[in-house]
Amino acid sequence: MTDIEPDETVDARGAACPGPLMDLIGQIRDAEAGDVVRLLSDTDQSLTDVPEWAEEAGNELLAIEELDDHNAFYLEKA
Amino acid sequence: MTEHVVIVGGGTGGTVLANDLADRLDVELAADDVRITLINDGPDHVYKPVWLYVPFGQREPADGRRPLDELVDDAVDLRIDRVTAIDTEAQRLRFNGTAPAVDYDYLVLATGSTLEPERIPGLADGGHDYYSESGSTALRDELLGFTEGHLVLSVIGSPHMCPAAPLEFVFMADDWLRERGLRDDVDITYTYPIQRVHGNPHIAEWARPIMDERGIEVETFFNAEEVDPDSETLTSMEGTDLDYDLLVTIPPHGGIDLIEEAGLGDDGWVDVDKHTLEAEAAENVYALGDTADTGVPNAGSVAHYQAGVVGQRLASEIRGRPATATYDGKTLCFIETGMDAASFVEFDYENQPSPAPPSEKLHWSKLAYNESYWLTARGLL
Repeated sequence: MTDIEPDETVDARGAACPGPLMDLIGQIRDAEAGDVVRLLSDTDQSLTDVPEWAEEAGNELLAIEELDDHNAFYLEKA
Repeated sequence: MTEHVVIVGGGTGGTVLANDLADRLDVELAADDVRITLINDGPDHVYKPVWLYVPFGQREPADGRRPLDELVDDAVDLRIDRVTAIDTEAQRLRFNGTAPAVDYDYLVLATGSTLEPERIPGLADGGHDYYSESGSTALRDELLGFTEGHLVLSVIGSPHMCPAAPLEFVFMADDWLRERGLRDDVDITYTYPIQRVHGNPHIAEWARPIMDERGIEVETFFNAEEVDPDSETLTSMEGTDLDYDLLVTIPPHGGIDLIEEAGLGDDGWVDVDKHTLEAEAAENVYALGDTADTGVPNAGSVAHYQAGVVGQRLASEIRGRPATATYDGKTLCFIETGMDAASFVEFDYENQPSPAPPSEKLHWSKLAYNESYWLTARGLL
């Protein structure tokens, strides 16, 4: 379990690819620099989509938390 | 007791459903056991796919506009008004001013998508679109006189109406410029928010080689953050700058605030069971088309098929029978690949699309469908 406290959470569980990534991008767009956004996704594709986009956009992927039926991604906006 | 079905939204989903119910429930309507009201905020029904052809001078916006009262069955009460509040507890809709509230027994929300260019600084001034009537005519005025420079097509909003339309636009622009001998003088760049050129990986895998063959430049992972109309530059969240001479964008989309205010879902989309299309947060409420958050494309064919499902379910409920009809995600879509060729895809929740080889026959099929669309709206096709 991570002890990172997110500023915002995007619950994209149930959404098909690329929905979770687009939901995350939308939230990051509205966030302030330094804010941490948590994405909840149950799509395996997010395990590659989110790190790839984080690297491309220069945002830091702080952690990926593996939970029972989904993953939680913690991104800090650059 | 008369059961009152109220449909909000007179686009493809709402109009097809109203006519479907008028046909399906003709006996109950005649006996006054049921009443159907279709509410729209304007008098016209608009067939938006026509706008794709307007910038190329091939269609006029009027080709996609008909008065709703000519399309909707006389058994349906048509009300031209704007709903200002949805109370799902009281099963009541409110309107501005002194207009009396309307009570419903069953509510169907088919309010569609709205464009939100204001979410991107500079976009309203610097960008063109073909996702609105005014946008398509303004783009036509620019494009018809555009003979050299950099044409950028940027998909900013996703999800958005007609996911195929951005691909169609660049394929058509490429072909149209070649036919006019201008392609060597115009660079075309296509941008997309994720790491491929379309949300559906199968369509992306099909489209990318066509773009490469035709010299259409591609920028993926490009989420527009700002447009500078003075310097004619588009900047992405990922740190890429693109200079443009003509910027065409798919603006961010949203639903309507009423839906969020009613607690039915976020961003104007209704959270629904993706098979039954019933709202998750309220009883006796359905949503269809763009309004229903199902994950399937925002496309007219989706709204059409969903209207049939909701029509069957409502008729069953009104007759006191179990509602068994379900939506399987069915989507049909023509994809223009030039000015005289098109592909076609068909898919659902379980089956992935496999784009057909582009052909002139499919192009003419698309144009024929566009002409016969009015039969769809009437519930005849």
